[in-house]
This record gives sequence, C-alpha cells and structure tokens, in this order.
Amino acid sequence: MTALRETTEVVDPVPGADAPHLPQQPDLIQLLTPEGERVEHPDYSVDLSEDELRDLYRDLALVRRWDVEATALQRQGELGIWASLLGQEAAQVGAGRALRDGDMAFPTYREHGVAWTRGVDPLHVMGLFRGVDNGGWDPVATGFNLYTIVIGAQCLHATGYAMGVQRDGAESAVLAFLGDGATSQGEVNEAMIFAASFAAPVVFFCQNNQYAISVPLERQSRVPLYQRAAGFGFPGVRVDGNDVLAVLAVTRAALQAAREGQGPTFIEAFTYRMGAHTTSDDPTRYRLASELEEWKLRDPIARLKAYLSRSGLADQAFFDSVDADGDELAARIRSGTLELADPPGTSMFDHVYAEQTPELAAQRAEFEAYHASFEGGVER
Amino acid sequence: MSTDTLTIGKALNLGLRRAMEDDAKVVLMGEDIGKLGGVFRITDGLQKDFGDDRVVDTPLAEAGILGTAVGLAMRGYRPVCEIQFDGFVFPAYNQIVTQVAKIHARSKGKMAMPIVIRIPFGGGIGAVEHHSESPEAYFAHTAGLKVVAVSNPVDAYWGIQQAIAHPDPIVFLEPKRRYWEKAPVDTDAMPGPLFASRVVRGGDDVTVLAYGPMVKTALQAAEAAAEEGRSLEVIDLRTVSPLDLDPVYESVRRTGRCVVVHEAPVTLGLGAEIAARVTETCFHSLEAPVLRVGGYDTPYPPSKLEEEYLPDLDRVLDAVDRSMGF
Repeated sequence: MTALRETTEVVDPVPGADAPHLPQQPDLIQLLTPEGERVEHPDYSVDLSEDELRDLYRDLALVRRWDVEATALQRQGELGIWASLLGQEAAQVGAGRALRDGDMAFPTYREHGVAWTRGVDPLHVMGLFRGVDNGGWDPVATGFNLYTIVIGAQCLHATGYAMGVQRDGAESAVLAFLGDGATSQGEVNEAMIFAASFAAPVVFFCQNNQYAISVPLERQSRVPLYQRAAGFGFPGVRVDGNDVLAVLAVTRAALQAAREGQGPTFIEAFTYRMGAHTTSDDPTRYRLASELEEWKLRDPIARLKAYLSRSGLADQAFFDSVDADGDELAARIRSGTLELADPPGTSMFDHVYAEQTPELAAQRAEFEAYHASFEGGVER
Repeated sequence: MSTDTLTIGKALNLGLRRAMEDDAKVVLMGEDIGKLGGVFRITDGLQKDFGDDRVVDTPLAEAGILGTAVGLAMRGYRPVCEIQFDGFVFPAYNQIVTQVAKIHARSKGKMAMPIVIRIPFGGGIGAVEHHSESPEAYFAHTAGLKVVAVSNPVDAYWGIQQAIAHPDPIVFLEPKRRYWEKAPVDTDAMPGPLFASRVVRGGDDVTVLAYGPMVKTALQAAEAAAEEGRSLEVIDLRTVSPLDLDPVYESVRRTGRCVVVHEAPVTLGLGAEIAARVTETCFHSLEAPVLRVGGYDTPYPPSKLEEEYLPDLDRVLDAVDRSMGF
C-alpha cells in the first residue's frame, strides 16, 4: 500500500470548502456509500469474509446500544456524565479493528467504540463516568491507554510510546486518537513534530465530528485538517468516518506503514457527532436541526445494514439476533453499573506514589482516625 | 575507596554516566544536550559514548519533551529530561501537573512514571528574564511529584542516580550558580537516602533551614554569626517534597528558634509550609515565631537588582537577630 505515501500535496485553502453540508468531496476515501453501495477506491481495499462483515455490523450495533443505555443511566442519575459516541461508531470500530495484538491505542474520553474492540469491559468505562475511579481497565494488558481528558495531551504520550517501540525494535504501531478541536492544541502540534522528526511508528487518528463542544471546525482551521499533515512532512488522508470499511482499510494501511518504519500518518475521519458533546450539553443552542437531519442520512450503521441485506450477507434473523445481543448487553451494563461499589475513602491515598511518602501515610492515618472518632464510626 | 574533587556540574555528569551504564533503559532528553553537552555542559560527552537514541537532542518544545517522556515511561524506559532553564519549564507545566503527576494514581498503580526532570534553578548569574527562577513550590504543591534540591557535589553525584532509580517522578533542582563549587566526592559510598534532610552544621541558638543554593549562604551566615558568639544550627533540607522535618523538630526543640531561607518568593513558599508544620509540632518549644527569608513578591528583577532581591548573609543574620529579639 504505497498510496498513503503520496497523498501530501496541498491544495489552495478555500475557506468553507469543506463545510459539513457539502455532499461531494473528491478527496474523501469511501468504500461504502451512504446508501449502502459498495464502491471501489484506486488506493484502498478491504478483503473481508462474510463473517467479518457481519462482525463489524455487530460491533457497531452493540456499541450504539451501550451508548444508548449509558445515556439513559446518566439521565436517571446513575452516571455523573456521559460522553456519547452517537454517529461516530464506524470511525471508532473501524480504527479499533485495524489494530493488532501488540499495538497500543491512546484514546480521548469518547473512544468507547475503540475500547470495545480492545476487549475492555464496558463496566470499566462506566465506572469512570459513575465516579468510582478514573477507568478500571488495565492499559497494558488491553493495549488501550486510560482515557485522557486534557485535550490532546495523549498525542505526545502516543508519540513517546512509539519512540519506545522504535528503541525496542518491535513490530508494533501506535494509534493516537484526537478530535478536530484538539488540532489547535500546541501539544498536538508538538506531537506531530516529534513524530515526524523521529519517524515514530504512530498514526494520528482525528475524528472530525465538526464541533469542539459548540465551536465549529471553521474556527479551528482554514484548511481541511488532513492537509495539515503536509506541513509536518508526513501523509494526511481524509476518510469517510461513517464508512467502517474505508476507515478499516485506511487505518490498517497507515498502521502497517508505521510498523514498516515509514513513520507517521494523519487520518482525518470525516464524521458527525449526532448527539450532544456530553449529557451536560445542549446542541440546539449552536447548530441547526436540519444539519443533523442531513447527517442522519449518512448514518454509519444503516449503510452497513443496507449493504448486508441487499447483498444477501445477512437476513432478518441475523439482525434480530444482534438486537437481542444488544438488549442482553444493555441489561448487563445496567445491572453492573448499579452494582459498582463506592470505593473506600482510604483508596484515594493509595496510589499517589509508587513509593508512599511518610507525609501521605500520616494523612491517611489521620483520615482513618477522624472517621473512627465518630460514635459507631465505620471503617473507611 | 575512590575520592575525587568534583564540581557540582561534573558530579552530575558522572552521576548521569553511571546511571546510564547501570540501566540501559535510561534515556536523556532535552534541548542541546547532545553534541553541545547542554548549555551548562552537564551532559558533556554522553551522546558520544551512548549514542543519539539514549541522549536525545529533542525539538525545541518543552511540552513535547515531557509528553514523549510519559510515553517512553509507559513503554518501560526511564527518561531524564533536561529543562534548559527554570523559567522554561512552564510550557511543560501541563504535562507535568496533569499527566506525569497523576498517571500512577489514575492507573491505580498499573503505570509507573519513573521520570526525572532536571532543572537548573535559582538566580545570581546575571541573566536576563526567565533564567533565574525558583519554581519549586508549584511542584511541591502537586500531589504525585517529588521534588529534591541538591546543594553540593556529593548529593549531586549520588542524588541524580538515586532519583533515576526511583519509581516516582522527581523534579530535580540543580543550583545553577553553584555548578562550579567543588568538594571531594567518594564515588564508592552512597551517603544515605534521597528524601532526607541533614544537619550540616551543629549549633544551639537558632535553627536555620535551607536547600539548594541557599545552603552555602546559610553556612556563611553561621560562620559570621559564630564570630559574634552566636551558634547557628544549619540544616540542608535536600528534599522539598516530601519534607523530612524530624531532624528540624529535634533541632527546634533545642534552639526554640527557626529561620527558613529560600530564593523563591516568601508568600506561599516552602517557608510558609515549614513554619506551619514547625509551629504545629514544636509550639511549646518556640521562643519566637518561625521567620522566613526569601525573594520578594515581585517578578524576578533585572540582574542589576538581583543582589537586592536574593537572600544573602546579611539578610539571614538580620532574621537571626529578629528571632533572638523575641
């Protein structure tokens, strides 16, 4: 796959040319149209078995069902907040399924779909949003770092990790997730500079969902985001982020190039945040309902369903079974979330340092003594 | 036993070299640390001997240095980051405070952050703005970081090795105006733990606390006070976070008086924290309030004024006089 290496030419910036409502984008890599038609691309292809295609559908549908359940649980007061991935399922599942064992992903706080592909227990993600911890999964065992909430900070971690992979002589690649807003952060730009200068095996996967909370892409960039890569000296590509097949193909190619020592790639997955930024947000204050309606026509799950149905790869029984699996998953997430126990108060002292300081040990003891001082004091 | 007379700068250089020999995972990162050997030559010759994968001339971006160090640490490396001057650490402040300091806790101990952040700190070298600052309180205020400040070649040689071997992130403050101070260093005998204060001069009348570049100033003050018949006990704190104050409490219980000296501004500086703790612990032994001698609450001034700004022998003795006057 050499095409990736040749897509760095910069076109003249035309402000507004990539406004999300424009349906035709010649530079958009697509293998599955919004109508569910399979199309070919000169540079990218995927060769998936029928089972693999159905599995991708199952991933998308289950991740969306999880998201719906989590939103409901937040509304019912069982989560402090939830960052919905609605509309971005294909971008996340496609990118996540492009990873291999031994690869490492560095997510933001919205990559539940990637977490799913890495085998992270959804309840460990729910724990973060319920407030019992900062993410209970093992980042090393899963190859999926803990969520990083400061915008863009993880791009440098991914780059440094990739520099470590280089020093180890390992055949692994690193996938750094970021959003459109993050591309304005200095640290993200520093990450791309370090990655380029050291030819680190890292791929920057930017989900351009058109909004940084309320601020539209036009405030972050005058040029299409993927064209930024040229300035750093590595390839940038734009893929239809609602096309799971294209995302998978493009991300696989970029990760493989990284593994082979060809350095970083910037992938702009062009998508849309169909829900609010988080459950605390109200998107009606800053975007039109008609825009959302347009994007619903490009729904990532509907198009794969249409393709599978039309091509006879799946029948109604299959879709019913996926729905049933979704309901079962949702029930498990619901009951599991309600059962997540509050952590003991003393736990906040326990991992501040690898080697506890006498000062903090004393504070921990004071905390315990204080709570024990109440009549019938309970152990914290 | 092998003893050489070394400057603080050379002791750091030899300590780094030995740490790199002892552990192949140690990687030095920073601006101009390779061929040039750093603007203070602390890494002189290391890239030639260990290669540019282990002594990395980075792009000119401090957040980039610290952020990639985080990733390297996650991959099992032990990065040692050089920040060229104290005032240039702030572009990296986000990474240090929101990431380096918190990842061990965030991961419930599954990811360690054995990163050393070397910073030449403090004034007195006649520099332009941003080259003379004392940012230790910012880092000491951040849970998850440890902060040490060395004052002499022995602690420089051994302390940098101890810091690199330690599992937690450490801000390692080097007294830049004392880089050229010399002392004999026994390179076979480790002088004790990293996070421990040390009585460097015994005395009975007033306990004087200092760290980093102010230890020498405190010792000069003690020398001068002795000529006037006053006996100052000087303690080199050595570690700023965690603080090791047991030797301080023991001392203050004898002297009843305590003066804390640092270059950083006094308001909310280390002296404020130490005064609170000494008061809480030694209240009934105190003959005078704990007094602080430090920089003023101004931006670090242009160099023609720095002698007025920095604590010196006379200002320490003035505080000793005020303490004795209570």
